[in-house]
Amino acid sequence: MFITKYIQEVWGAVRSLATGLRRTMYYFTHHKEIITQQYPDNRETLVLPERFKGEVIMPHDDKNEHRCTGCTACELACPNGTIKVITKFDIKPEGKKKKAIDKLVYHLELCTMCNLCVQACPSDAIKMAQTFEHSVFDRGLLTKILNNPGSKIMDGVE
Amino acid sequence: MWSFSGLATGIDAWLTQRFNPALSLTIEMVLAGIAVITLFAVLGLVLVLMERKVSAWMQIRLGPNRVGPKGILQSLADTLKLLVKEGLTPNSADKLLFNFAPFLAIIVAMLLMAPIAFAKDLQLWDLNIGVLYISAVSSIMVISILIAGWSSNNKYSLMGAMRSGAQIVSYELSAGLSVLSVVVLVGSLQVSDIIKSQADGWWIFKGHIPMVVSFVTFIIAVTAETNRAPFDLAEAESELTAGFHTEYSGMKFALFFLAEYVNVFIVCAVGATLFLGGWMPFHIGHWQGFNHVMDYIPSSLWFFGKTFLLIFVIMWFRWTFPRLRIDQLLNLEWKYLLPISMVNLLVTTAMAILGWHF
Amino acid sequence: MFEEQGITPEGDLIVNVGPQHPATHGVLHLVITLNGETIKKVEPHLGYIHRSIEKMCESLSYRQFIYVTSRMDYLSAHINNHACALCVEKGLQVEVPPKAQVIRVLLDELTRIASHELWWGAMAMDIGAFTPFFHAFRERETINDIMEETCGARLTMNFMMPGGVMQDLHPNFQARVKSFIQQYKHKIGEYAELLTGNIIFKNRMKNVGVLSPEDAISYGCTGPTARGSGVSCDIRKLYPYEVYGQVDFDEILETGGDSLSRYMVRIREMQQSIRIIEQLIDGIPEGDFQAKTKAVLKLPKGEFYQRVETARGELGVYIVSEGGTTPYRIKFRSPGFSNLSVLDRIARGGKLGDLVAMMGTLDLVIPDIDR
Ligand code: SF4
Ligand code: SF4
Repeated sequence: MFITKYIQEVWGAVRSLATGLRRTMYYFTHHKEIITQQYPDNRETLVLPERFKGEVIMPHDDKNEHRCTGCTACELACPNGTIKVITKFDIKPEGKKKKAIDKLVYHLELCTMCNLCVQACPSDAIKMAQTFEHSVFDRGLLTKILNNPGSKIMDGVE
Repeated sequence: MWSFSGLATGIDAWLTQRFNPALSLTIEMVLAGIAVITLFAVLGLVLVLMERKVSAWMQIRLGPNRVGPKGILQSLADTLKLLVKEGLTPNSADKLLFNFAPFLAIIVAMLLMAPIAFAKDLQLWDLNIGVLYISAVSSIMVISILIAGWSSNNKYSLMGAMRSGAQIVSYELSAGLSVLSVVVLVGSLQVSDIIKSQADGWWIFKGHIPMVVSFVTFIIAVTAETNRAPFDLAEAESELTAGFHTEYSGMKFALFFLAEYVNVFIVCAVGATLFLGGWMPFHIGHWQGFNHVMDYIPSSLWFFGKTFLLIFVIMWFRWTFPRLRIDQLLNLEWKYLLPISMVNLLVTTAMAILGWHF
Repeated sequence: MFEEQGITPEGDLIVNVGPQHPATHGVLHLVITLNGETIKKVEPHLGYIHRSIEKMCESLSYRQFIYVTSRMDYLSAHINNHACALCVEKGLQVEVPPKAQVIRVLLDELTRIASHELWWGAMAMDIGAFTPFFHAFRERETINDIMEETCGARLTMNFMMPGGVMQDLHPNFQARVKSFIQQYKHKIGEYAELLTGNIIFKNRMKNVGVLSPEDAISYGCTGPTARGSGVSCDIRKLYPYEVYGQVDFDEILETGGDSLSRYMVRIREMQQSIRIIEQLIDGIPEGDFQAKTKAVLKLPKGEFYQRVETARGELGVYIVSEGGTTPYRIKFRSPGFSNLSVLDRIARGGKLGDLVAMMGTLDLVIPDIDR
């Protein structure tokens, strides 16, 4: 029948709208469902997972020693020339010349956090840090030198 | 007991004592104007904040919470931002009309404030054709939108304006018809009469099902008339970027924005007046004690409570439903709402003649 | 003079939608001829986000070029990387350890769900419902958190590499995926309440943008777009790669061909992805997550092609090698490009409001189209 079909149609339409309204009302009244994180306020409690790729750093131990041998594997692995390894020759006590890094230049503004350099490094000298607030006012600050001044290579790392 | 009419007569007496009648009338008008403008500003701020909070909570967000305690100053900050922004006028726009349109919108909204009874005896102008006045003046709104769309010389604006024209003209019919059904029952167009007739019960309760139907039609129609979602085709942002106000910026945009919210307030106030008894407190039959308690709540609170309830319903719609398409929108009006409200008006008339309501 | 005013000689209006427009979700430029509200012609203009990814890849080694492909279809970054890794492995003839295969498929399916979630929210926003967008993001964020924990990034993970995956799964992975499945099953009903069942939504989608199966085939549509027209084209079923041959799932087909069918395909596909994940999550095999590969990868001279099913359809990777360390030529067959080309065909005669529904259900990702 035409008229019952018409009424059924209207009723079905109203019901479908009412279910939607009920759902939004549920969220309107249940504030514990809110998922907003208030970012700058929750800095203290904000924990990033340990694998988060934020920037490349070179860890140093308390004797200011790192593990980098200057092999340039990371420079070769990087797809966009972010890392530049500048080497020098150290004179060992026994008189042998040995290659070591002078500077490991890292351009944060070019880095895509692809993790390839970390994978390529044979002596685990570099790793990813869990930082993410990278913005600065001067882009020159984004070019970093990863090895600390005066640092030298750890004993036993070839 | 203290009342607004006492206050008004007091001011009137004080003024006429000191000045000649013409001057005192002018001063009274200026006072009323200032009151309306203040109300405007406050309403704009409150409603924008309310909308943002309502939408945020429905969308599992927090909403504005940085400016001022719990974010209550957010809309003030936004207004300040809009005030200092440059009001651009496109090169190829019709400069006069382009700058005139937002003012027309705001003037219409202001005119509509006149016959609304905010509380017992608090009414600017209780003219004998109050309801008719409201429906007549509110139709001017569409002209400001059309002017804005046309003068911007932008295709999006033009299409938004055309959509809005078709939409408002159609939905005015069913809004008018559902208003009429109340008028039929009351037998008067005067706002104070309509409110007085609801002293023993609001129309939505004593008018049986036909009143409920016309209430629902009214809410749907005014949602469309004020261009609110799900009928916001005039500014459908995913189709027309911002519709008729695409080219507006700064304070001129803010005026449109304000006019939209004030219009929402006005239509909800009208709805509350017609169907929910305006400032009349909620009474149940012969429960004297209960009715007494209700009477202690000030009438302005009743009015604003009911109005904001309706505003909340309209916001609730907006944040739940997807937008209709233009042909579906017109279908809904001409094939469903208009026939329903016409039949409804007939039934209401029969009811009024036979005296079937309480 | 007509051109100046943007009017055709017949008096139709020419409207530029984009490249900056809220509905195109990116820098797509559509030139639309309108007769009133009715669309007479749609002409997509591309190239606003062309980054020459194919050319770029020619100068990168076989390990390096994979990360660039995350930037094509950024919503299924994992699957893009997967396709490249598979293609290189084909050339190298490396056997991927079973554990790596399972990990890859798990991550692929999670990516697919995340991508469909975003599509769902964005499409709802296009047709005017704002609230679903945020609800979709709630589930998507959970997946992103899982990804972040295992892969270290939320969008462009670069986790697949020739021979396997970069790292082992995080110890929390299994538990978190399981809790996500619980959350998802709990919340999926809301999607129907908010949108799928809604009468306004249904009317907006039904019989809008009807794509016939013939057109779907002749325009080269793939993925949910073609499956909405009843064309069977799921690469996971037709040419199974990795462990897809061993898991039990259905290829979703709808026969309507309209926007609602395409919508339903994606909604139901998410459930199939959940099904695949449920089958695999408990039985992750022991062993290596990476096959032993040489330090410098060299593909033998020849041509290699591999296709996979991304969230948008069939992605083909075609590598021509001259035997060196970098590809001689690389070509990506992106699903978005063919799916976009059908827009003019289905949009004609529809209303302007339909256009956003059609674009929404074609699920366009502009960087994927331009590359
Ligand atoms: S993370 Fe990638 S882009 Fe960044 S320095 Fe390492 S290899 Fe280069
Ligand atoms: S960081 Fe690692 S790969 Fe790079 S130069 Fe040092 S040792 Fe070699």
